[in-house]
Amino acid sequence: MMPDQLLFAMEVTLNGLMAGVLYALVALGFVLIFKASGIFNYAQGVMALFAALTLVGIMDGQVPFSHLINAMFGTDIHDFGWHVPAVLAIALTMVLMVGFAWLVNRLVLRHLVNQEPIILFMATIGLAYFLEGFGDIMWGSDIKKLDVGLPQGLNAFIDDTTYGWFGYGFFIDNLDIVATVIAALLVTGLVLFSQYTKQGRALRAVADDHQAALSVGISLNFIWVLVWSVAGFVALVAGIMWGAKSGVQFSLSLIALKALPVLMLGGFTSIPGAIVGGLIIGVGEKLFEFIAGPALGGATENWFAYVLALLFLVFRPQGLFGEKIIERV
Amino acid sequence: MKDTVESFQTPDGRTIGGVMMEMKHITLRFGGVVAIKDISFDIREGEIRAIIGPNGAGKSSMLNVISGFYHPQEGEVWFHGSRRPSMKPFQVARQGIARTFQNIALFEGMSVLDNVMTGRLTQMKTGMMAQAIWWGKAEKEETENREKVEKVIDFLEIQHIRKTPVGRLPYGLKKRVELARALAAEPKLLLLDEPMAGMNVEEKEDMSRFILDVNDEFGTTIALIEHDMGVVMDLSDRVVVMDYGKKIGDGSPDEVRNNQDVIDAYLGVAHD
Repeated sequence: MMPDQLLFAMEVTLNGLMAGVLYALVALGFVLIFKASGIFNYAQGVMALFAALTLVGIMDGQVPFSHLINAMFGTDIHDFGWHVPAVLAIALTMVLMVGFAWLVNRLVLRHLVNQEPIILFMATIGLAYFLEGFGDIMWGSDIKKLDVGLPQGLNAFIDDTTYGWFGYGFFIDNLDIVATVIAALLVTGLVLFSQYTKQGRALRAVADDHQAALSVGISLNFIWVLVWSVAGFVALVAGIMWGAKSGVQFSLSLIALKALPVLMLGGFTSIPGAIVGGLIIGVGEKLFEFIAGPALGGATENWFAYVLALLFLVFRPQGLFGEKIIERV
Repeated sequence: MKDTVESFQTPDGRTIGGVMMEMKHITLRFGGVVAIKDISFDIREGEIRAIIGPNGAGKSSMLNVISGFYHPQEGEVWFHGSRRPSMKPFQVARQGIARTFQNIALFEGMSVLDNVMTGRLTQMKTGMMAQAIWWGKAEKEETENREKVEKVIDFLEIQHIRKTPVGRLPYGLKKRVELARALAAEPKLLLLDEPMAGMNVEEKEDMSRFILDVNDEFGTTIALIEHDMGVVMDLSDRVVVMDYGKKIGDGSPDEVRNNQDVIDAYLGVAHD
């Protein structure tokens, strides 16, 4: 029999790993865009929120802009009265995210070619606020429940098994397990895509040298739409996971901020870095809260990740896996 | 436009065809600076065409006009008998015009093999969705492209560094990898921007041999810029000489060598 404290710490670590997967998912979206275009996309978190809002809106048959329409025409419409199956709604949302990627490239990025990274960064801040406001007008600001049919609640098997082994059942949420599996599939898919497909090779080429990429016949515009679409897809997956876990609400866009320390840890240009960074932050903040929380008055999860990131900035500014990037940000 | 000149044989027995590309009265300005002033010349099928001139003569600018990186304010570019509309570099590349750069533009983080594979991008037809869904077809295409790429790698004798990241290679080899990437596209027209710049004598000899072999074996039309006159004269069939943005000579190496304007402007009046 192991001591209770140790068992509890193990459970906390496991839960931290699961939370870390979700951080990694958001961070992944940042890395994709940063690698291909050198843009730090501040709007990545809001994209996750917008994707989740849209998904819920479509599933529940909500009329978009209903508040605006009602206010302008004195009508009283709210929803179409139908329910769209989750799979179809996800597909429709994805189409919308690709459209969004195309618009961002068309209306914003194309006009900022060859500008300083800081200008592009500012543009994405603008984009973030625009998208947040737009999401509000389009779908309303109330907290929504997102249920795409993912299993939720205590995983009985793990609970039973660990009870059998230790006399203490670990509480692991089914949703977290699903999130981990999906994240693993997503990352595998992305790696295969970038290593073994024509577009993936073009994407790596663009990330490496724009001029050379042009000279072998790669259209930068196409690649950027592609990258923003993939980032939109990752945002959608992250939005679904977070939305299913804690409801679709506007504070969801704040998880983007947690992705920042994750990126500082893992490096802005590394996909494995985003994953490892996410896991370290997830486990670190849960364990720290468990060990030092009571002595420090609790709520250490709010700041732990940032302090850790700060330490990394001082001692290893390029992150665990990153390459010379600090001068670019 | 019809081909105006019949094809002819070179002294070493190669056939030079009709006009492939024609530059008509090209003028390129950057603000108040005139980089190219009213230049016309043509490139024929199968020939090695050199553009030479002292530093700042506008040679690289001319190459950039051909490859779509610069757009001239005046003049027309004709390719395969029709006027080419203003094109982006990637569109020019897809027309079968490949190039190398003076300062080498390779994908430093990728292996030699991957770099050369990017040269095949213009030749790959399978779309993204098809690649995702119909994996078999994409895989077959990938294999075919791999074979072509391996041929080019063999041809340029860079088999031993296939898997090496390009960032780690010495300068001379990088130049060769860049040539390999351009060749992998099976271009109709190959543009080389100072292919021998910064090389030692041995490397220059290797590169000259590769350029001649490429032209000979694949029949690739080549337009190259050089600033080392000796090398160019041995390599090329016809030479355009530029100075301060103007064309001061055009013809066979011998004609150009004996042209008084060229001797004055390019080699300097002070000789003898």
